[in-house]
This record gives sequence, C-alpha cells and structure tokens, in this order.
Amino acid sequence: MAADLETNLALQKLREYDPEAVEDARTFRDEVTLYIRPAHFLRVCEFLRDEPGLKFSFLADVTALDLYPQEPRFEVVYHLLSLQTAQRLRLKVRVAGENPRFITALPVWPAANAFEREVFDLFGIIFDGHPFLRRMLLPEEWEGHPLRKDYPTEGYR
Amino acid sequence: MPVTLERIPGKEERVILSMGPQHPSTHGVLRLVLELEGETVVRAIYDIGYLHTGFEKSFESKTYSQGITLTDRMDYLAPLSNNLGFCLATEKLLDLEIPPRAQWIRVLLTELTRIQSHLVWLGTHAIDLGAMSVFLYCFREREEILHIFEAVSGQRMMTSYFRVGGLALEPPLGWLKGVEKFAKSFPARIDEYEALLTRNPIWLRRTQGVGYISAEDAIAYGLSGPSLRGSGVDWDIRKKEPYSSYQKFDFKVAARPEGDVYGRYLARVEEMRQSLRIVNQAMEGLPEGPVKADAPHIVLPERESMKTSIEALIYHFKIVTEGFHPPVGEVYQAIESPRGELGFYLVSDGSPKPFRCHVRAPSFANLQALPKMIEGRLIADVVACIGTIDIVLGEVDR
Repeated sequence: MAADLETNLALQKLREYDPEAVEDARTFRDEVTLYIRPAHFLRVCEFLRDEPGLKFSFLADVTALDLYPQEPRFEVVYHLLSLQTAQRLRLKVRVAGENPRFITALPVWPAANAFEREVFDLFGIIFDGHPFLRRMLLPEEWEGHPLRKDYPTEGYR
Repeated sequence: MPVTLERIPGKEERVILSMGPQHPSTHGVLRLVLELEGETVVRAIYDIGYLHTGFEKSFESKTYSQGITLTDRMDYLAPLSNNLGFCLATEKLLDLEIPPRAQWIRVLLTELTRIQSHLVWLGTHAIDLGAMSVFLYCFREREEILHIFEAVSGQRMMTSYFRVGGLALEPPLGWLKGVEKFAKSFPARIDEYEALLTRNPIWLRRTQGVGYISAEDAIAYGLSGPSLRGSGVDWDIRKKEPYSSYQKFDFKVAARPEGDVYGRYLARVEEMRQSLRIVNQAMEGLPEGPVKADAPHIVLPERESMKTSIEALIYHFKIVTEGFHPPVGEVYQAIESPRGELGFYLVSDGSPKPFRCHVRAPSFANLQALPKMIEGRLIADVVACIGTIDIVLGEVDR
C-alpha cells in the first residue's frame, strides 16, 4: 500500500510527466486523492492509463460532490483501478458552481459514458463532448438536480 | 418523452421496437429500444430509471447505522453483500477493527448470498432460454439458503444483519446445522444443473458465440465480476484486495476464456462450487469470541448491561438519538458482490450523517456492454444477453 504520498508511484510519475497537472494531493486511510487542474485532465488520464507500471485501465466509477455554498462548488470524482498492480487512485477536478461544465473522459475510458450521464442527471454538470448527455434515472421533464445540496430531500413542493 | 431511437433517412423500413419495461425477460424494469432489420438488431439503446428511489439522497439524511437498511433494498438479490460493502466502508472511515468471529461469519454468509444470487440468475437465465425445470430446481435450493438467513437475521431478504462494528447479534444456537445440511447436499445439486445444461445441444446453440465481448472491451466498458472473468480476465477483488479476512481462505478464481454467454455461464457455475468451498472452510475454522467490536461509542451495548450500567445507557441513548461521529475524510471500499465490483464511496464531514454516499453498482456498469453484445444479432439473442450480464434493476436505478 502506497499510503505515503512521497512514495506514491502515480504521483511521482505524474509530476515528472507534467509538473503543472497536480494541484493538490491528499491521503486518508491509505487512499490517495489527486486534484488535477482541469486543463490538464485528459492528458493526465491518458498518461495514467498507458504508462507502464501504472496502467490504470479500469475506470471504476465517476461521481461528484456538491460543496455548496463553497466555491468552486463541485468536485468531479474519478475512481481508477489498475488491474495490473491492483492499485487504486482517486482523481478530483474542481468545477465552478455557475453553469458547471467539464469535459468527458469518454475518449480515454468508454466506461465513463453511463457514469457521466448519471452525474449530469443528478448534479447538472455538463460534460462537453459526451454524445448522449440526457437524463438517465429521472424523467426528461424533471426540474432540478436532486443530489445538489440546495435540493430538498423531499423534493420541491 | 421516453428515450427513443431516431430513424435513419433511407432506412424507413426498419422497425423501432420498444422492449420492456414490462417484459418477463428483462429481469425487472429494464427498457430497451431496438432498431430491427427483419429479425436482426441493428442498433440498441437502453432506458433505465423506472426503479429510481433516490437512495443516495436518502443516505444524506440518515445516520450511518440507519443507512444499512437502505443498502438491502438496492441489490435485493444480494442484501448481505450490500450490507457488507457499506459496513466495511464505514468501518474504514472509523478505522475500526472487527473481531475475527464476525469477519468469518460475514464471509460465510456473503458466500451463501453469492450462491443464492447465482441460483436466481441460473434459474431465470435458463427459463428465458426455454429450460423450465432448471428454474424450479434453483429456487428449491435458494429457499434453503433463505431459511438460513431467516434463522440468523429474522428476515429472508432484507436482512440488515451486518452492522457497523460487527454483526447485529450472535447467530442462534444450531444455525450451523442448517448450513451443514445445505453444504452437504449442494454439490450434487450443481452436478444436476450441469447435467441438464452444460452439454445440452439446445443450450449450447443458444449460448455459444452469443454476446461475445473481448477482454479489452470488457475492461474498457467497466465490466466486473463474472462478466469480466467470463472474458478471461483473472480479476477477483476477494483475491487481489482481500477484505474481511478472505486472504485466509483457499479458493480459485473462476475465469473462462470464451467471452460469450456460455463462458459466463461456466464461470458462474464454477463460482458456486468455489463459494461452497469457502463456506465449508468458514464452518470448520469458525473462531470463538465476540461478534461486535469493542467500541462503546459506535456499537450498541448489550441489552442486559443497560440495566446495570449507566455508561451503557448513556452510550445507547447517544448512538440511537444522535449517531456516531466519524472523522472528516473520504473512503472508497470495493467488494466482490455476486455481480461484480460493488463500491461504496463515503464522504464524511464529521457529522453523524454521511455528507455523501455514492454506490458504484456493478449492474449499472455492466449494462453498458449490452448494446455492444446484441447489435448485429438476432432478437432472440437479446434475451440471452440480458440474462448473461445478470443485472438487478434495483441496483442499476438506486
């Protein structure tokens, strides 16, 4: 387990590859979280997927956090898994609350398709370049995005 | 407007067919939109959300202990696996050590869950493809396992038996007799299913070469569990990232190279045998000791001690009215559910309720491969392919 950030292979290699990409790195309970600058995101993903020794070829999950009323309001969270080294890695990207937009990770991991649609449906974050970004769990005419913190648990009455 | 497929100009003779959500072979409320040329599926998309109940939102207004009851209702064919995933995630957040006896009983019961879930899969998969009797046999054996669940937890399906810090209570005396009886009779039962199907020419024609997915595609689409292993990828979370002392058990990962419906069938049948091996080992080596962690601010006290000890009474009151406070942080805990990687992503802000609880549902990800499996194939194969990815819509829609 690479609990220590300084010995984390992914972080080291990423810093060598693109010193600007990692905004912040944290560790909690042996899990590593890297905050990636949005402009560097796709290159970083490709690198993490293809680099020998890392090979994060499996995108386990994409979700989001709403930190309302903090700004930037949203964090998009990616959980990566390497089937080769059995390591996991969490990537986070900060997204502004006003008209939230980010880019799709589909070119790197086809698995992102359904996950991003779900995040769009429940958080209202738009993923540019997604081919079929429509409501998934809720009906088309639904108002609001339920997993946002300013959406009441009982719904709008 | 429900999701539909746009017609392609010049191809107006193609039929757009809406299959489901009320269709016996869609295993719940899955809806597919198929574009057909004759009997061949040209394009396919799926439409979900008919069972959406907003579990992830509900978690945010419940304490961690209350959240366990929600997990049962997601994957209703494997409630104990869901309980385990959620409890392990919370325990990771709390950095809580679980006594060995509780860990072993958890392993034993989740492996029984795997068997009963695979039995439902096999029965319904077989009935979809025209083998009626297998269905009846599978449900007969499943009933025995549900009786065991009822004995330990009082519930056949919505068990909520695993709690943060261990188990709800020590299983009743003599419960292992039921498990033993089942474990003794079950190998012959698996042979019986295999005798009905594995070399049955009709079964082979319906499953071999159908719904093929390569190992690269399976990884790219995020398939996990038997659907991934059926494409020859040797990946099992129980082996690679052992949790709940799985490293102490001896079992084989049931990977098959075929990549088609038949390969995934063989993988799951083998998995039932391996699960039974684990159950037998867990029974033999079951350690003695407590079934709850020694953490009075998290685990509810014994009823008896509340009558004599003021501390126990105070802790009980605090846990029930307020809940416990995990430290600020976030964890992702994945377990090998019968369907694949079941992950719980918990974010704590230090309050007794999760700031966010996201469920990485294996069925949700596995469903992505369905259009790829059925495009270019006959409409009859669609039914085989829905069965083979073994989805539970409660978990897909959450």
